[in-house]
Amino acid sequence: MKIGVLFSGGKDSAYAAWLAKKEGYEIGCLITIVSENKESYMFHTPFIDKVILQAKEMEIPLIIVKTKGEKEHELIDLEKAIKLAIKTYKINGVVTGAIESVYQATRVQKICNQLKIECFNPLWQKNALEHWNDLIKNKFKVILVSVAADGLNKAWTHKEINLQRLAELTKLSEKYKFHLAFEGGEAETFVVNSPMFNKEVKI
Amino acid sequence: MILVINICNERLHYLEFVKPICDILDNNNLKYFVKSYKEVSKAELDKCNKVIICGTSLFDNEFTKDLDKFKWILNFNKPILGICGGMQIIGLVFGGKIRKMTEIGFYSEYFNRDFLGLSEKCEVYHLHNNYIDFSKLAFDIFCGNEFSQAVKHKEKEIYCVLFHPEVRQKELFLNFLSK
Repeated sequence: MKIGVLFSGGKDSAYAAWLAKKEGYEIGCLITIVSENKESYMFHTPFIDKVILQAKEMEIPLIIVKTKGEKEHELIDLEKAIKLAIKTYKINGVVTGAIESVYQATRVQKICNQLKIECFNPLWQKNALEHWNDLIKNKFKVILVSVAADGLNKAWTHKEINLQRLAELTKLSEKYKFHLAFEGGEAETFVVNSPMFNKEVKI
Repeated sequence: MILVINICNERLHYLEFVKPICDILDNNNLKYFVKSYKEVSKAELDKCNKVIICGTSLFDNEFTKDLDKFKWILNFNKPILGICGGMQIIGLVFGGKIRKMTEIGFYSEYFNRDFLGLSEKCEVYHLHNNYIDFSKLAFDIFCGNEFSQAVKHKEKEIYCVLFHPEVRQKELFLNFLSK
């Protein structure tokens, strides 16, 4: 099956794309929604312009659609982007990096159902620590690009999350009660290298 | 030993519909093994003491063409829990018919009495385009009526839910497994 990946450049969508490839799916394109609204319910992408560099290193076509990021209106723009992917790259399914967010998953499921294509959420309900360990084990070089939670300060940004930092991050998430996978927007991540990249992305 | 039956035809769906249930079992140190419905043997049905039939995606309905592979359910006397597509399989095997109804996301449902720890109002996660009307089958309905959401066989320990308890009602699995 040929699929499109809803791609933000962060750890979850990048890992979901890799899982799809590993399971034998052909990735027809990456689909990125650029929101003008920093408080968007659906799209959190502080390094969105760098997604172009990631797509280049992955040698996968990229569809970028802009949205004002108004609640529910941005879903119309997402639907437009998926329709474009169906038309241009003949995809039959969409892959997302949704883990816990029923809000996001439900909306993508509804759009895919309406367009009669499959929706895949391979990280759905995954334990956050297991996810981080899988990222590190499978050589995903992930950095934090923004932080917005008690216990996380600017010193955490632009540093690779390795096993040592993961242990520290885990302790902080327990102490300050934030979601270790940042499902509540506690931080945003960016993948600078992965098994799907030809070489590391410089930012 | 719990037999977890995978009905997903698409490989990537395993991670979304089967693994979250395996994680609940792992977190509670419960022993299980996973088999595709196409590969379940009599020896495996004899070996297990409970069965969970997982759900799958909105369009992954290949299992409806393979109902002969589920005929063992009719003569099986150990507890079974069917989730979403698993519920539809059980309903079809017992003579029910598929009906259309799409529900995606959180819905508030009312349980008319205790059902594996759920009672009165509960917010559940739905992901289905189809359902089975259990009202004329040998099942008691605990939630919904013709549009059956949670049912139990009148004589056997066969439980079915249309929603996905692995999302917000993880304790339902433990209550089922304590039967």
